[in-house]
Amino acid sequence: MSACTGIAATRSPARSPVRSRGRPSSPAGHAPLRLAALLAPAAAVFAAFFLLPLVRLIAIGAGGAEGWGAYLATLTDPGHLDSLVSTLALSAGVTVATLAIATVAGLFLVRHRFPGHALLVALLTFPLAFPGAVIGFMVIMLAGRQGLIGTVTQALTGGRLVFAYSMAGLFLGYVYFSIPRVILTVMAAAEKLDPRLEEAARSLGAPPWRVAADVILPALKPALISAGALCFATAMGAFGTAFTLATRINVLPMTIYTEFTLQANIAAAAALSVLLGLITWAALALARSAAGGSVAAAG
Amino acid sequence: MPDSFHLDAVPVRLEGCSKTWPGGARALEPLDLAIHGGETIVFLGPSGCGKTTTLRLIAGLESPDPGGRVLFGDEDVTALPIERRNVGMVFQSYALFPNMTVAENVAYGLKVRKVSRGERAARVGEMLDLMHLGEFAGRRIDQLSGGQRQRVALARALVVRPRVLLLDEPLTALDAKLRDSLRLEIDRLLRTLGITAVYVTHDQGEAMALGDRIVVMARGRVAQVGTPREIYYQPADGFVADFIGTMNRLSGRVGGGRLAVGRTSLPWPAPDGPVELLVRPEDLALADGEADGHLDGRVAAAVFLGDRTRLVVEPPDGPALTVDTAGRSDLARGDRVWLRVDPARLLAVP
Repeated sequence: MSACTGIAATRSPARSPVRSRGRPSSPAGHAPLRLAALLAPAAAVFAAFFLLPLVRLIAIGAGGAEGWGAYLATLTDPGHLDSLVSTLALSAGVTVATLAIATVAGLFLVRHRFPGHALLVALLTFPLAFPGAVIGFMVIMLAGRQGLIGTVTQALTGGRLVFAYSMAGLFLGYVYFSIPRVILTVMAAAEKLDPRLEEAARSLGAPPWRVAADVILPALKPALISAGALCFATAMGAFGTAFTLATRINVLPMTIYTEFTLQANIAAAAALSVLLGLITWAALALARSAAGGSVAAAG
Repeated sequence: MPDSFHLDAVPVRLEGCSKTWPGGARALEPLDLAIHGGETIVFLGPSGCGKTTTLRLIAGLESPDPGGRVLFGDEDVTALPIERRNVGMVFQSYALFPNMTVAENVAYGLKVRKVSRGERAARVGEMLDLMHLGEFAGRRIDQLSGGQRQRVALARALVVRPRVLLLDEPLTALDAKLRDSLRLEIDRLLRTLGITAVYVTHDQGEAMALGDRIVVMARGRVAQVGTPREIYYQPADGFVADFIGTMNRLSGRVGGGRLAVGRTSLPWPAPDGPVELLVRPEDLALADGEADGHLDGRVAAAVFLGDRTRLVVEPPDGPALTVDTAGRSDLARGDRVWLRVDPARLLAVP
C-alpha cells in the first residue's frame, strides 16, 4: 500500500508542466491515485493470506530451541537431508519420465486421427480430477500385496512382485497424475508447429530422429520447460499419495507431517516447509527465465 | 563465379502420376510430363488446381497413386522419401529454423550430410556472398526482412547442390516491389546455376518472367504446356486464354469466306457457322474513323495506367472489349470510337 502512494507522490512533480500547458483535467492526471485505489483490495488480500502467514511461518521456524539454527539443521540433520535428497531425486525422475512419455504421446495424438481419438484425449485428462489418496489407492490396486502385478508375477514366476509401498510405487503414482497436465501443454504447443519447418529439414536430408532433435524439440522447448517445472513443483509438494501408500516413505512432505504431528517439533516442520517452498520457487523461477517468461502462461 | 556453383542439370519425368486423397477426392488426374535438365518449369493455376500436389510428388512429400512413377534422370525415385531424394525446397512461409542463425540455417543440410567443418564454412560463406547475405551471417532469423529471409531459404536449399530446386509460391508473401527484385534475382540465379527448377505460382506475371515453359493447370488436369509466348498467343482453350492476361471475346458468324461480327465483316477463310474468337487488348487499335472492317462502340470506362490508358469499349451488340491505347489519350466515357482488328491476330478457340 505504502509503495503505491510512494509512486503517486514521485509522479506528481513530473505532471506539473503538463498542467501549466493548460490540460489540467485530463483523465490520465489521476491515474497513479486511481491505480493505488484499485490495487488496494488485491494488496490487502495478498498481505492477509500470503505475506503475513509466510512471515509467521519463517518466524516459527526460528522460534524453537535452536533459534535460526533450525534452518541450518534442515541441511545438517542426516534424516532431513536424506529426505530432501530423495524428494529431489524422485521429483527430477518423475519430471524426466513424464516429459518423455507425454511428448511422444502428445505428438502422436496431435498428428494422428483415428476412431475414438477425442474419447482417448478426454480419458487421458481424467487423473487431473483425482485427489492424491485415490492415486495412491490405484497404485496399491496395481502393485500392492493383492495387486494385479503381484498376482500375475506369482502365476508366472512363483514370486510376488510388490512395490506399491515404496519410492517405486510413489514414482508410478506421480508419473500417472503428472502426465495429463504435461500432455495437454505438449499438445497445445504441437498444434502450433509449422509443418513446413519439418519438410524443409527433411528436404535437406535430415532423417526423422534429426528432425525431432533439430526442429520439433526446439520448438516445443518453452512448453516442455514450463510443463516440466510445474510437474517438478507438484511432485516436490505432493502428500496425499505418499500418505496413502505408507507412512514410512521418506519424502519431504511426509517428513514435515511427521515432525509436526508425531514429534511436535513445530520449528523443524516450519523450517522444512520454508525450505521446500524455496526450492520449488527456485525451480519455477529458473524455468521461467529459461523459457522466456512463458511459464505462467502455461500454468 | 566458381565452378562449384554450376549444378548438374538433371531431367525429371512424371509418368502416369495421379493423386487421390484418402477421402476419395482426386487432387491430380494422371499426369505425364518430361522436364528437361536445366529447365525452369512453372506450374501455374488457381488454388486447388493440383500444382502444389504435383510439386510435392516431385519432392517426395506425397507419393503418387499406385502405378505412377517419378524419375530423376534414369533413377526411379518414386519409393524414396524426400530426405533421400536430394532436392532443394523453398516455401512461401520461408520455413527457416528459428532456433538457428542465418549461417547455421544455410549450413544445416551440409551438417546433416556430415561435411567437414572447414568445407562447411567455406561453402556457406560462398553461398551467402552469392546471395548478398554475407553481413547477415550471425543474425537471428527474426532480425531479417521477408526478402532477406527468402534469400536465406534459397541459399539453404542450394548449398547442398540439389538435383532439383522446388519453389512453392516463394514470392507470394512479399510486397509488390520486393517481389519484382527478388524475382529478377531468382531468374539470374537459376540461369547461373543451370539447375532444373520447378516453380509453383498463381501469378501469371511471375510465370511468364521465369518459366522456360509453363504448365497451366485447372482442376487437377494440365490445360496446356508451352513456352510463355505459346501460352499467351496460342492458348489451347478458353480457360488458358482467360487465365493468362486479358482476353477479349468476339462472337461472330462465318459465311462465304467472310466473318461477320456485329455490323462489321472481315475476310475469314473457314467453314460456315458460328465462331467464338479471342483477341488481346494490345491487338486492337483505335482507328481514325468508320471504315470497312472496323468495329464501333462507345467508351464505357477509361483507366489511366501511366504508360497506357486502358479503355473499355461497348459495341452496340455483344460483350464489352478491352483496348490498350497511348497513356496520353484524352478519350472519356461516352466518346464514340472505331477499332481496327488485324484478322491475323484473331484466335479461334475450341
